[in-house]
Amino acid sequence: MLKKKRGRMSGIIEAEHLRKTFGEIVAVDDLSFSVAAGECFGILGPNGAGKTSTIRMVYAFSPPSGGTLRVLGLDITRQARAVKSRIGVCQQENNIDPDLSVLQNLEVFARYFNLPAAEATRRSRELLRFMALDHRENARATDLSGGMIRRLVMARALLNRPELLILDEPTTGLDPQSRHQVWARLEELRAEGLSILLTTHYMDEASRLCDRLIIMDRGRLIVEGKPADLVRRHVGGHVIEVSDPAEGLPAFLEERGVVFENLGHRLIIDLEDGTALYREISERFCDGGCVMRMATLEDVFLRLTGRDLRE
Amino acid sequence: MRLYSPISCRFFRVWQRNWTVYRQSWKISFIPPLLEPLFYLLAFGVGLSALVGNIRYQGGEISYVRFIAPALIAITVMNSSFFENTYASFVRMYYQKTFDAMMATPLTVEEIILGEIVWGATKALIATAIMMVVIGFFGLIRWPEGLLLLPLAFLGGIAFGSAGMVCTAMVPGIELFNLPVFLFITPMFLFGGTFFPVENLPGWAQTTAACLPLTHLVDLSRAFTNGRIDAGLLPGLAYLMAMAAVTLPLALFKMRKRLIK
Repeated sequence: MLKKKRGRMSGIIEAEHLRKTFGEIVAVDDLSFSVAAGECFGILGPNGAGKTSTIRMVYAFSPPSGGTLRVLGLDITRQARAVKSRIGVCQQENNIDPDLSVLQNLEVFARYFNLPAAEATRRSRELLRFMALDHRENARATDLSGGMIRRLVMARALLNRPELLILDEPTTGLDPQSRHQVWARLEELRAEGLSILLTTHYMDEASRLCDRLIIMDRGRLIVEGKPADLVRRHVGGHVIEVSDPAEGLPAFLEERGVVFENLGHRLIIDLEDGTALYREISERFCDGGCVMRMATLEDVFLRLTGRDLRE
Repeated sequence: MRLYSPISCRFFRVWQRNWTVYRQSWKISFIPPLLEPLFYLLAFGVGLSALVGNIRYQGGEISYVRFIAPALIAITVMNSSFFENTYASFVRMYYQKTFDAMMATPLTVEEIILGEIVWGATKALIATAIMMVVIGFFGLIRWPEGLLLLPLAFLGGIAFGSAGMVCTAMVPGIELFNLPVFLFITPMFLFGGTFFPVENLPGWAQTTAACLPLTHLVDLSRAFTNGRIDAGLLPGLAYLMAMAAVTLPLALFKMRKRLIK
C-alpha cells in the first residue's frame, strides 16, 4: 500500500488523458505523459501543436478541460496555489516589469511568493550573479538586450527555489551567444538536480538538453522517448542528402528497398550502415551535391510531423 | 472547477508592486492633485465668483468657492480611481502582461484584481489628502470633521475603481474606454451637483442626478468639508456602499472570465 503510494509520488508531473478545448477547437487531445524527478523533459511540436496549451495547464495558468493532472503529487485544479508556490515559470513572452529596475523586478516578484524582504534582496543578488546580470542591477529592465531579458526572466523563475522549472520556448528569438548562455545555465541547474519541463521547436536544443521528450502534433502525442533512441528508431544512424539527384536515383533506391524521402530537388536517404551505398550513390547519381551526415532529431521531427507549413 | 478561488491577504503584494512604482515617480505624481485645485480655485474662486457671488445651497447661503471646493475633491476621487483601473490597469494587463506574470505565482486572479482596485482607491486617497492641504490652506475645510474626507475618498475610490475595472474586463481595445468616459464620467463631472446645485435643475433632471453616484459623493464631500454631519447623509453613504458591493464582485468575476482561458 505504502509502496504503491510512493510509486505515484515519484512522478513530478503525471498527466493522464489530458484535454484542452477552446470552444470548438481541440488544442490538446488525450495526452498522457509523466516526468520523473531530476529529469529534463521536452515537449516538441510544430506551431499550433498544443505545446503551450499543455504547459499552461501544468503551471496552473489554464484549467484542463478533461483528464487528470498532478504536479509535485498535487492535483492541479484543487491545489493550484500550492503547486504554483513550488514551481518556477518562464512564459513565452518576456513579461518583465518595464516600470521597474532589474533588481526591483526580482525583489517585487519575490514578494508574490511571500519571501521576506531581506531574503528577497539576498536571493535576487545571488541570481543576478548566476545569470551574469549583476553589473546591470540598477538598469531599467526595458534597456536590456533580448538575451539579458531572457536571463532576467529565468532568474525570476528561480527566486522561490522551485522544485520544477517550466520554460516555454526559452531561446526563441535569441542570438547564438545568448542561446548558449541559456543552455549552459539550464545544464548547471539540471546537474544540481532540478526537474525541468520545456517546450521548443529547436531540435538542437532538445537534443542537447532533454533526457526525454515527446513530439506532439495537432494536440496529440505522436512519439515519446530519449532523443538518441528516437533518432535510431525512426531514421537510423546516418542520412544522405542529395541535391538535384540524377533521374534514376528513386528507382535505384526502391529496387534496393532503401527508405528515402523525395522532396523534388532534394532526396533524403536513411542509412543504417551504408558506406558502400553512399559510394555508389555519390558516383552514379550526384551531379549537384551529396552529403552523408549523422541523423538528427530534426529528421525524426520532420518525418513524423510532415513538411507542411503550420500557419 | 471552482468558480471562485479564495482571496487571501496576498492581494496586498499587488498593491505593493504599484506602490513601489509610484514611489519612483512621486514627484511627478504629486503635481496634478496639487495644482489642479489651485487652478480651479483661481479660475472659479477669483474669476467666476465675482459674477456668481453667493449661492443658495440646501436652504442656506455659501460662497461659490466654498461650494465648488468639495466638489473638486469628489471629482478627483472619481477620476483618479476610475482612470487608474481603466487605462493604467489595461496597460498592465494587455501591453505589459504584468498580470500574466503574476498568474504564474501563488497569486490568484481575484487577488491581482483586488490589489489593483485597492490601489486605485489608494491613489484617490493620496490625491484627496494633497488637495485637503491646499484647500485647507485657504480655510475652506472645517476640522476635525474634514478628516472624514479620507475614508470617503477610499470608499468612493473602491466604487468608481471597481466600475472602471468592469469596463477593463469588457473592452477589446484601449481606445474603447472613450465610451464609458464620454457616457459616464463626463456627464457626472458636469451634472453631478458639482458646479451648480442640483436643486436649480428641473424635476426630471434632479431625479436623474440623484441616480448618479458622483452626486452623492459630492454631497458627502460638501457635508464633511463644511462640518455638517447628520442622518441625512446616510442614503448617500448607502448608495456608494451598494455600488461598491455590486461593482467589486462583478469586476472580479468578469476579470476571471477574461484572464482564465
